[in-house]
Amino acid sequence: MDFIKKNAILIGILVVVGLFIFSGINTIPTLDENVKAKWSQVDNQYQRRMDLIPSLVETVKGYANFEKSTLTDVINARANATKVTLSPEMLNDPEAVKKFEAAQGSLSSSLSRLMVVSEQYPNLKADQQFLTLQSQLEGTENRIAIARKDYIDTLQQYNTTVRTFPGRIWAMIYGAKEKPVFTSSAGADKPPVVKF
Amino acid sequence: MAAISFPALSGRVVDNAHMLSDGTVQSLTQLLAEYENGTTNQVVVVTVPDLQAGTIEDYGYQLGRHWQIGQKGKNNGALLIVAPKEHKVRIEVGYGLEPLLTDAASSQIVQQVILPDFRAGQMEKGVIDGTQAMLDVLGGKPVVAAPEQQDSSGDLFALIFLAGLLLLMAIRFPAATAYLLLNMSSSRISGSRYGGYNSGSGGSSFGGGFSGGGGSFGGGGSTGSW
Repeated sequence: MDFIKKNAILIGILVVVGLFIFSGINTIPTLDENVKAKWSQVDNQYQRRMDLIPSLVETVKGYANFEKSTLTDVINARANATKVTLSPEMLNDPEAVKKFEAAQGSLSSSLSRLMVVSEQYPNLKADQQFLTLQSQLEGTENRIAIARKDYIDTLQQYNTTVRTFPGRIWAMIYGAKEKPVFTSSAGADKPPVVKF
Repeated sequence: MAAISFPALSGRVVDNAHMLSDGTVQSLTQLLAEYENGTTNQVVVVTVPDLQAGTIEDYGYQLGRHWQIGQKGKNNGALLIVAPKEHKVRIEVGYGLEPLLTDAASSQIVQQVILPDFRAGQMEKGVIDGTQAMLDVLGGKPVVAAPEQQDSSGDLFALIFLAGLLLLMAIRFPAATAYLLLNMSSSRISGSRYGGYNSGSGGSSFGGGFSGGGGSFGGGGSTGSW
């Protein structure tokens, strides 16, 4: 009894510290894993889009005098985007994120230009193969938009935790830093408008 | 972006835009319930008064997540969403059904089955045929574009369904079915009473207590407008 009375403050501190450790030790690693998981969703969808492009290009090429420059833009943008990868470990690096965003963004805009131009080719628009690819591309753009939104939400949660108490203390212990946020760059977060 | 307020999941057919007759709601509900019993896949038909100023793509996956259509872990849900005010229709596919009900197949259903009906003003038929096509594709069948003169297919579907319903009722509630049939066929007996059966409980057992199973959505599917 006497011991407890004398050391009440010490015990109190120990309890608080214990609770702190107990409650927060997993938060940042869990959130970090979450961010990475959401990122791989985004990455998968971008990859899926990349995989669609060769057959899209082939189909469009088959139509005589299809605007060459539009096609070349798509081909080049895709070639460039395949070179710029962003692994989950690189998500901390603002420069890498920016480069990835720029590469995928220019692919997005060249693709949406391709879809707009294709409106001028009635034969192409009646081609079943093209219609199938078009619906797949639309679906993929929609999935990209959603995966990005999910990623941004998780990222926000992570960054808030890292910046505020008590996460801030854990962040110091783990050496965890804020991750760069996605900026909604031109066209990358919206499915291309295919209509006139 | 303002938060969207979603309708309540009142059943497998949520007709908040009031496009469907009671009979259609019942028959679709029955069809979808039987489909889930056989496959655990959850398919829900929903008509909305408006999209609250957003796109149907944005609305669709969030509604699917909100209702948690599909089983947890399997994510095997799908929605058929009709927004008459915006003239938009969308098939929204849960993660787990994406390999079966692909974007291309969804697009085919929307463009070749649903939209021709909608453009002809046959909203109800479009919804029924579209739902059936979704179930067909999920079952591995190809999409069959509705031929122009196939007007009777909806009626036939309703007839077969009604017969099935009657048979089911006859097996489960023989007394009630007999009561119902006798009442319908001959008004002279309508005064007589069959002992102790509460006819209210027969009809209300369909579609009651439906809820999502914990499934999630990631934007698969296809949109069309008319």
